[in-house]
Amino acid sequence: MGIRERLSGNEASAIAMKQINPDVVAAFPITPSTEIPQYFSSFVSNGKVDTEFVAVESEHSAMSACIGAEAAGSRAMTATSSNGLAYMWEMVHIASSSRLPIVMPLVNRAISGPLNIHNDHSDAMGIRDAGWIMLFSENNQEAYDNLIMAHRIAEHKDVMLPLTVCQDGFITSHSIENIELIEDEKVKEFVGQYHPEHYLLNSKEPIAVGPMDLQAYLFEHKYAEHQAMKNAKKVILEVAKEFEKMTGRSYGLFEEYKLDDCDVAIVCMNSTAGTTKVVVDELREKGIKAGLLKLRVFRPFPQEEIAKALSKVKAVAVLDKAESLSSCGGPLFTEVTSAMYVNNLNVPTAGYIYGIGGRDTTTKDISSVYEDLLEVVKTGKINNPYRYLGVKGVKNNGI
Amino acid sequence: MAYNLKEIVANKPSVFVSGHRMCAGCGAPIVGRMVMRALKEGDHAVVSNATGCMEVSTCIYPYSSWDCSYIHTAFECASATCSGVEAAYKSLKKQGKLKENENFKFITFGGDGGTYDIGLQSLSGAMERGHDMTYVCYDNGAYMNTGIQRSSATPHFADTTTSPAGEIIPGKMQIRKDLTEVMEAHHLPYVAQTAAFMNFKDLYEKAEKAIYTKGATFLNVLAPCPRGWGYSTDSLMDINKLAVDTCYWPLYEVENGKYKITYKPAKKLPIEEFLRPQRRFKHMFKPGNEWMIEEFQKEVDKRWQELLDLEELTNRE
Repeated sequence: MGIRERLSGNEASAIAMKQINPDVVAAFPITPSTEIPQYFSSFVSNGKVDTEFVAVESEHSAMSACIGAEAAGSRAMTATSSNGLAYMWEMVHIASSSRLPIVMPLVNRAISGPLNIHNDHSDAMGIRDAGWIMLFSENNQEAYDNLIMAHRIAEHKDVMLPLTVCQDGFITSHSIENIELIEDEKVKEFVGQYHPEHYLLNSKEPIAVGPMDLQAYLFEHKYAEHQAMKNAKKVILEVAKEFEKMTGRSYGLFEEYKLDDCDVAIVCMNSTAGTTKVVVDELREKGIKAGLLKLRVFRPFPQEEIAKALSKVKAVAVLDKAESLSSCGGPLFTEVTSAMYVNNLNVPTAGYIYGIGGRDTTTKDISSVYEDLLEVVKTGKINNPYRYLGVKGVKNNGI
Repeated sequence: MAYNLKEIVANKPSVFVSGHRMCAGCGAPIVGRMVMRALKEGDHAVVSNATGCMEVSTCIYPYSSWDCSYIHTAFECASATCSGVEAAYKSLKKQGKLKENENFKFITFGGDGGTYDIGLQSLSGAMERGHDMTYVCYDNGAYMNTGIQRSSATPHFADTTTSPAGEIIPGKMQIRKDLTEVMEAHHLPYVAQTAAFMNFKDLYEKAEKAIYTKGATFLNVLAPCPRGWGYSTDSLMDINKLAVDTCYWPLYEVENGKYKITYKPAKKLPIEEFLRPQRRFKHMFKPGNEWMIEEFQKEVDKRWQELLDLEELTNRE
């Protein structure tokens, strides 16, 4: 039986990091993830961890130092949000292409500009093609659990890719909720020691990391990354199974909430799933078959599994907390519809951009999406699939 | 033991080995090789390298000219990368995860672009944090890797591809940033400016001191570039000597705040001696442009005098 606590999402992440006890943490403060390095540095100052804490002068240097530390043969972690991630974007690619299993809590916040400190997923979407495993978390418990599983996934010899654990800035990072923590000893045993095959500080085998990689080899190295990302799916599920044995808490690539018999379904990530569950329950009471697919693993993208899970649904809404400004839907929408297409599935699907810059998304908003979907089921017509939820001046969700 | 070039070369192999693809007459590989010779026998090194000439021509997959562990990440963050390696070393050593008797040294190389300009923040951060590492800037006075664009290390009036000597604007109109002094303002235990000069004694001894002084140390080393400066490849060492003898590039070190000029030319040569053999300053010798040489000389004199004053000031009893 775990330890019952009441913690914010940031505290939970910091405690997960304490229990993981990484060799190096290099971080720079940015709202709303600042508390994570703050809490963590107090663990360092009070001798609760063995970690070398590097208080770098920027996020770019945070990721650079993590790359150096991980390449040296140690476990390195950082945490960031929004522009911090944007600033380290260059290094985010170098971390993954150097096959360094760095783990990073990412507390999602809108990317400037103009400046905004509140939640949306535009920061995370900026690294969706960067070769990182990306896990999303509905609440503090999931943020904590995902972090405890992170190193086992990232450091698996068939994977060796960095991993980020996302949660919604302020909404879960600063909200105190009940949580069940795992005992320190159990975490230590579960996470295990890191024994890299090749590393800079191996005096018997000097290595070169990050060489000039030209036309003759870069393509093959990129292909190897692709294979690793493919392998990650299996590893994520294996680790989740072991985690369930330890905690009783079950994790998959996504959570299906009343999805198996539903007519209308919403696909979304992070805390909005909590709001959606409430609406699903309300609608079910009225006899409306509503369901939810809450995506946990965004990278690797489980396209085949998503298509299968949505195959019997009559209408789908994909909620995007990021505007890709392609003029035709957000990133999650295009990936879900693409998953359907390649799996020969033709379910009427609409995309909704919502919650940008921390705009509150209420149960009423979510209800309106299900109402829209019921209309689609009735008429068999989607009309405009590129919709907006909760933006001032746009009536009828932009349909 | 007194310094002896023959003995050093014969008995102290460098982990920076031949086979790299840097240009003939380039100052940088000489700097790299000599600095790495200062590594004591039995000690290991991890080299962090900023993107630049040295990086793109010494570690092209699947080859490497570095017989030690080497990491390159990007242009502006060689210092931060090195600081991460050093932090890992400290952490693993403290936890007993590395062998007690193994000694690693952490050395970063960057050109003036990766050091004076795009990498300045990362350098300043790593130095201020006091990582046990040595940063070596091989200063060739422009972005040579991308084709001779001006940097803040480019000397006044130099003709580069982004400060071309034109009819209206005669080359780079700004004076050179004095990075060695900027680094000294970090109050590091050891900061030095050197060059591959004469028998390499100055460079070798400063490298050894920098590597074996505990904490963050900084070396600024002149590294002429035949393509960017426009000199014949066989005159590299002459160019280095003229830079020092004209006091364009004074050799000095600052140990815990105390300045020591390690070479004072018996006869300080006029700056024309340094400028004339280089194509990048050719326009300065056209009739009517004498004022450019005068201004250049004035700046060199001013900085040399400042250095003499600092030496005097910091060594007062």
